[in-house]
Amino acid sequence: MRIEPLGDSALLVRVVESFDAEESLDAVLRASRQLELAKIPGVIELAPAYTTIGVFLDSARCPPFDELRTGIGRALECDSAPAASHATAPTIEVPVCYESEFAPDLDEVARHTELSPEEIIRRHSAESYRVSCVGFTPGFPYLSGLPPELATPRRASPRKEIPAGAVAIGGTQTGIYPRRSPGGWNIIGRTPLRLFDVDRNPPALFRAGDRVRFRRISRLDFDAFAK
Amino acid sequence: MNALIRSAGFLTSVQDLGRIGYRQAGVSLGGALDAHALRVANALVGNEDNAGGLEVTLGKLRFSFEDDRLIAWCGGEFSVRIADENLPAGHAALVAKDDEVTITAPNAGGRAWLAISGGIDVPIVLGSRSTDLRGNFGGHEGRALRDGDVLSLLEEGRFETADQPNRRFQTAASWGASATWATIAHENAVLRIVRGTDWERFTSEAQRSLVTSAFTVTTDSDRMGARLDGPELKRVESGDLLSEAVAPGTLQIPPNGQPILLLGDCQTIGGYPKIAHVITVDLPTAAQLWPGDTVRFHEVSLAEAQALLREREKDFALFRAGVALHLR
Repeated sequence: MRIEPLGDSALLVRVVESFDAEESLDAVLRASRQLELAKIPGVIELAPAYTTIGVFLDSARCPPFDELRTGIGRALECDSAPAASHATAPTIEVPVCYESEFAPDLDEVARHTELSPEEIIRRHSAESYRVSCVGFTPGFPYLSGLPPELATPRRASPRKEIPAGAVAIGGTQTGIYPRRSPGGWNIIGRTPLRLFDVDRNPPALFRAGDRVRFRRISRLDFDAFAK
Repeated sequence: MNALIRSAGFLTSVQDLGRIGYRQAGVSLGGALDAHALRVANALVGNEDNAGGLEVTLGKLRFSFEDDRLIAWCGGEFSVRIADENLPAGHAALVAKDDEVTITAPNAGGRAWLAISGGIDVPIVLGSRSTDLRGNFGGHEGRALRDGDVLSLLEEGRFETADQPNRRFQTAASWGASATWATIAHENAVLRIVRGTDWERFTSEAQRSLVTSAFTVTTDSDRMGARLDGPELKRVESGDLLSEAVAPGTLQIPPNGQPILLLGDCQTIGGYPKIAHVITVDLPTAAQLWPGDTVRFHEVSLAEAQALLREREKDFALFRAGVALHLR
């Protein structure tokens, strides 16, 4: 574990050296919970992502970094937080309509992967994924676990507008656009689920560590669900 | 009682000190791009630091109140008038019911923060009154103000001033914030930086260029970040990095080698290498950068950055105590 300054009002805790969606993600989430429970004075919020945790500080109090380093180190040594594991992570089922109207890049993914669109859909919806982190836009889940043969590079020029609910492949990851936004990932389907809603608590449907499965639905089901 | 927006100007939004606690859901800090300026303006009118105020971009704002209110503002080189009286930055003044307040386009800088006694009463969304202009939530209906908007104001504490007992300042109060806090605009801005976690990933030439060259702010800049144009800052090796936390002030370098200086609405995580971070006390200067402006960077130690921040916070506490002696 290493603790580095992220400017003068935040720290970056490097919990593990390399990323995998099981042990190392569990280690980061566990460390994040330990830091949360420790309620270190001056720490106002945490931002875990992949192998690191951003620790944001109250700049008005400006606690000395040496003290914080000690506090963080001590919090991570204590065993108070239960270990997160696949056993405890909830699985969220995401209905996805893969029909061509919602899948403008399915043919491109087919060209790149040399698989038929039908085979891509089958493999994409058969797999179980894990949320590595939530970011980019509010509620956007970065999902690990894409079958390697489905990996497709991001588009050379990003789209100016991607609709809310678009399910997409970007490199070795898959993800879902929570709201209309620009983006460079390859769109292969759409979910009627609302991923982010400020009137909900918590506002984001996904948290880092959650498990996700895609369930293929028809256009009729999509419309019924969206109502 | 309400504020009546006669003319909403180029881009005016309701902001407080930002949204804390939702980074894990991908929600940015947001809030006033210069949180210190809003805090000073709020203190001047007797508000809490975090009261909702207006972030005014490029001015051209006109409004009035349905009752008497104190206002104060800090930021770029704007000219603010209450009816026919000039209101200098960093001073409080009373705006009588129906008097019109006008903010003109700035001579330098681009943004100003205006506090109204009582504060703006918009719903608190995810712990904040700030407008998330991309997410379309918070603030007034999740959007920038429009002509004709009516903003509800919270009840203010009934202020009297020690020197003018019945609250009628006819002109601005003689006391105010120091000039360096009130007016923040630099023709040739110098931002102090500390090294970023990815400093070593850059060539020594890039490291040198960062602190010796002038960079120009491009038109592709907004509340998320200021994109800069200058010598290409090259990495020692290429290759993708895992996304990790970023913060306002982070100076990240995308593959084209041109820095992006992240501001308050920046995304919560980013995968571009972080060559440096602008220090917290210089974020007010960063918030005034406008397309065409030039900016340079000067490296300081982390200890120095934190000492400057501690000093500013000490000064602010004294300032708040001083204002309390004037407002009763």
